[in-house]
Amino acid sequence: MKYLRQLMIILIPYLIGTVLQLTLNLPIPGAVIGLVLLFLGLQIGIVKVYMIEEVCEFLLSNMSFFFIPAGVGLMTAFGVLKGKWIAFTMIIVISTCVVWIVTALVVKFLRKGCQNE
Amino acid sequence: MNDLITSPVFGVLASLIAYEIGIYIKKKGRLSIFNPLMLAIIILIVFLSTFHIKYEDYNTGGQIISFFLYPATVALALPMYKKFDLFKENAIPILIGILSGAVVGFVCVVLLSKLFGFTDILIKSLIPKSITTPIGIALSRQLGGLSSITVVAIIMTGIIGSICGPLLYKVFKIKDEVALGIAMGAASHALGTARAMEIGETQGAMSGLTMAISGIVAVLLYPALWKVVLELIQ
Repeated sequence: MKYLRQLMIILIPYLIGTVLQLTLNLPIPGAVIGLVLLFLGLQIGIVKVYMIEEVCEFLLSNMSFFFIPAGVGLMTAFGVLKGKWIAFTMIIVISTCVVWIVTALVVKFLRKGCQNE
Repeated sequence: MNDLITSPVFGVLASLIAYEIGIYIKKKGRLSIFNPLMLAIIILIVFLSTFHIKYEDYNTGGQIISFFLYPATVALALPMYKKFDLFKENAIPILIGILSGAVVGFVCVVLLSKLFGFTDILIKSLIPKSITTPIGIALSRQLGGLSSITVVAIIMTGIIGSICGPLLYKVFKIKDEVALGIAMGAASHALGTARAMEIGETQGAMSGLTMAISGIVAVLLYPALWKVVLELIQ
């Protein structure tokens, strides 16, 4: 029952987030609004860490696994990208690495600056 | 036999077995190129294609697994709450980092796509590739791209980022847990966050936070940047 209750507490902000997204026609998905709501709940103190901890741990440590079906969905796109796969993959590899490097270096550099002050 | 394949147990069990094999190969191979998620996806695609099983049939079970992505996204609130002080101390470096990542990502995608002679529709579908799937699809539609291609680009970006990120961390001698987390979230959204969470709680919390902020930044920034691109071209 403990785990079911924890799951319920996590699903409530998700539901509210989805309702908000649909009624206000927001471009931000319900789950992300739910994340913000649960965060606020924790900050205010309505939700305590022990009330969600184990299920959060389960969900977060297995997050990669939950992406498998979406990834397998790549097989439905083989037709659409026929003849463009190499260019497509190259663009993604290069731009992803560039974004990673720039972001990491900017954060690292600025954090060092802050610490030195 | 067909009844078995269209039953949810097939998709769920096939995914679990494929992931288990992926983890086994990673342990034996000891190379970060062997990402269990990527291996599992390849194994399943090869398996389904070989036995002529439709994706829709596999996905009867698959969607049960996919559902957990939503509560998992909400659950990111917990590490963010625990690490909120770290975020407050570093708010400015983090926000500037996210913003520069977003702009560089946009410029990079547009320039490379032009270089390869991609059509505008394809470019618009690629632009949201670094943000989390639901926001990415919405943004792709808003720009006028094809959401099916955007989904492919987002998943590929996620896999590549979660493989390359930890490698780049070593190559560029970053030695900063916060920078690693921010970069994972900025470059490869929820998949990067899943990988960051495996590395450590700080990294995961920073990545989750970045994923949420980057998504919002992209929604606000990219349509305007795309207008600038169109004016520059004409």
